[in-house]
Amino acid sequence: MAGFFHVGGGSPKMITDLGFWTLQALNALQLSMLLFLLSVGLTVIFGLMHFVNLAHGALYALGAYFAASVAAMWGYWAALLLAPVAVAGVGVLLYSGFIQRMRKSGPMAQVLVTFGLIFVLLDMTRIVWGDLPLAIEVPAMLGGRLAVLGVEYPTYRVFIIVLGLVVLGGLAFVLGRTQIGAMIRAGVDNDEMAACLGINVERLFFCVFCVGCALAGLAGVVAAPLLSVTPDMSLQILIPTLIVIVIGGLGSLKGAVAGSLIYGFVQTFGAVLAPQLSSVLIYALLAAVLVIKPVGLFPAKG
Amino acid sequence: MKTTTLAALGLATTIATTATAEDIKVGLLLPYSGVYAALGNEIDAGFELGLEQFGSETDATFEIVREDTEVKPPVALGKAKKLILQENVDVIAGIVSSGVLGAVRDMVHGAAVPLIVANAGNDGATGADCSPFITRMSFSNGQVNRPMGTWMYEQGVRKVYTLAPDYAAGRQMIDAFEATFTAAGGEIVGQDFTPFQKTQDFGPYLTHAKSSGADALYVFYAGGEAISFVKQYDSFGLKTELPLYGSGFLTSSLYVNAQGPAAEGVIAVSHYVPTIENDANAKFVDGFTANVGRAPSEFAVQGYDAARALIEATKAGATDRASLANALRQVTFDGPRGTLSIDPATNNIVQPIYTYETVARADGLTQKVLAQLPSEADPANGCVMDPVSH
Repeated sequence: MAGFFHVGGGSPKMITDLGFWTLQALNALQLSMLLFLLSVGLTVIFGLMHFVNLAHGALYALGAYFAASVAAMWGYWAALLLAPVAVAGVGVLLYSGFIQRMRKSGPMAQVLVTFGLIFVLLDMTRIVWGDLPLAIEVPAMLGGRLAVLGVEYPTYRVFIIVLGLVVLGGLAFVLGRTQIGAMIRAGVDNDEMAACLGINVERLFFCVFCVGCALAGLAGVVAAPLLSVTPDMSLQILIPTLIVIVIGGLGSLKGAVAGSLIYGFVQTFGAVLAPQLSSVLIYALLAAVLVIKPVGLFPAKG
Repeated sequence: MKTTTLAALGLATTIATTATAEDIKVGLLLPYSGVYAALGNEIDAGFELGLEQFGSETDATFEIVREDTEVKPPVALGKAKKLILQENVDVIAGIVSSGVLGAVRDMVHGAAVPLIVANAGNDGATGADCSPFITRMSFSNGQVNRPMGTWMYEQGVRKVYTLAPDYAAGRQMIDAFEATFTAAGGEIVGQDFTPFQKTQDFGPYLTHAKSSGADALYVFYAGGEAISFVKQYDSFGLKTELPLYGSGFLTSSLYVNAQGPAAEGVIAVSHYVPTIENDANAKFVDGFTANVGRAPSEFAVQGYDAARALIEATKAGATDRASLANALRQVTFDGPRGTLSIDPATNNIVQPIYTYETVARADGLTQKVLAQLPSEADPANGCVMDPVSH
């Protein structure tokens, strides 16, 4: 047990150093926000359509690749705007090509088809963009560091946190305070009843699906300068995203937020406090949630 | 009529046998898909160039059969079997991942087929698991990192924090560095092994390293992880207070341009950089740039030298599996990396090691060689083999 809370051989100074913990909390928040952008689309698509779209991670990778191409021509800001739109366009193709047809074919067939799509899209990115990793430079405005809460923190990471919060605020407003939000919530709660009340559920599904895809693309653009753009980034992000929505509970915004925050903080502080256990901790937590509350912490349907 | 046909057939068979005696069938066993596809293609391009530039030195001709390992050990084992039993190859070259090498090791050893390893660096492959049929023309994990511990201490670095992915190669690289660095008098003030291919955010580890009181950071990362790591290291503004040193793969010429200005000033140790100054390297870099359109990486030179070793073996008179395996163990030549030889005690390559700094030039990032460290044969590491037969 001696090594359990062993802090990488560091000095005792850093345990009491508030700046250290502030930095780690910011790291955790930044990871949470990135995961939130990805998982919110996936979870709402699932909640509304009962559709398991494992290819969501591939859309994130596509977002990063589109961003790399657009950024090379017109810079980062253009990529931030255009890449999510392009990914939503791919979403439209996926919807009309596969998802619409697979709506009633049960979760197993959906999982198989979308899992296969991951590899199709992965190889297509390899064919188009090659095997070598790509990179996007951060715009000068977002380079460097900012003083936040008494510590120096990379501006780009602050940007990710702010962007995540803005998207969260926007979605919370739309879902909670607008008529479209009420229709979506009604659809999640009981789609047949919602259809009886005159809501065009299919069209609603389509719109939500496209927004979910655009958010996955946005996550890809945002992640690209931080990480490297590689063909397998879709596979790397898939498991964390699934963990987030299983912990948080399927179909709800609140669940995606809670799941992302839990994942971000457990992952970050696990890496610092118990490095030997860091890759296991989150799975242990996942198992615990599944045993104690199998529907997740904040499921859409009570 | 019948006899003439038979005679003609007999003649044809004789001609065919003489032809095969000089025709060496080479199985290239590389990842052409999966996470290491870029490395597989790089080694392949190097191998092709080696045959192109040195093929005329030997009477033998080479026929290449390519198989994709997909970086999956079971797939690779199946492909190795196919090459050995169905294609009946004389020699296999390639292997990027040490996991794949472990999977095919018993197969090639049992079938007595020579294998030229063109990447996989696991120390054990030329240690306890060595085989007279497996010759490594690339590097071993320990070999590349061992000289760096002493060198960094000589440069005045005293306290180091280490980071590497948590798998065999990561641990072997860091352990080799740590052994010589502490032997020289340095101190490892902390270390983390990050979950391999699961870590995308290095922020927590970098924050940790920053507060450890270390003079410098020594890391091993490769491929996508290396790009993310170097960029994130730079974004935290650690360049001045915690200089970054690493195993050469960290800022490999293959992906240093994806790292961009973040890589500037990083000092790494490697068995090859494209800026080594010698005639053999100039010839290699020119040829590779003409074929591929950019400078070669350490992976390309490993493929190039694997082809070169094969040519040298045929020049020594080797024609079949047994004689090739024996001749490969005695290969020595001056290549882009300097003077190379195979240590017959382990079948691992003996080569100079270079420290280099990534610097910016007008046409992009390049490698400035800081020092050439002497060639050292790896310790036998439990390897017991029959001696070379003369």
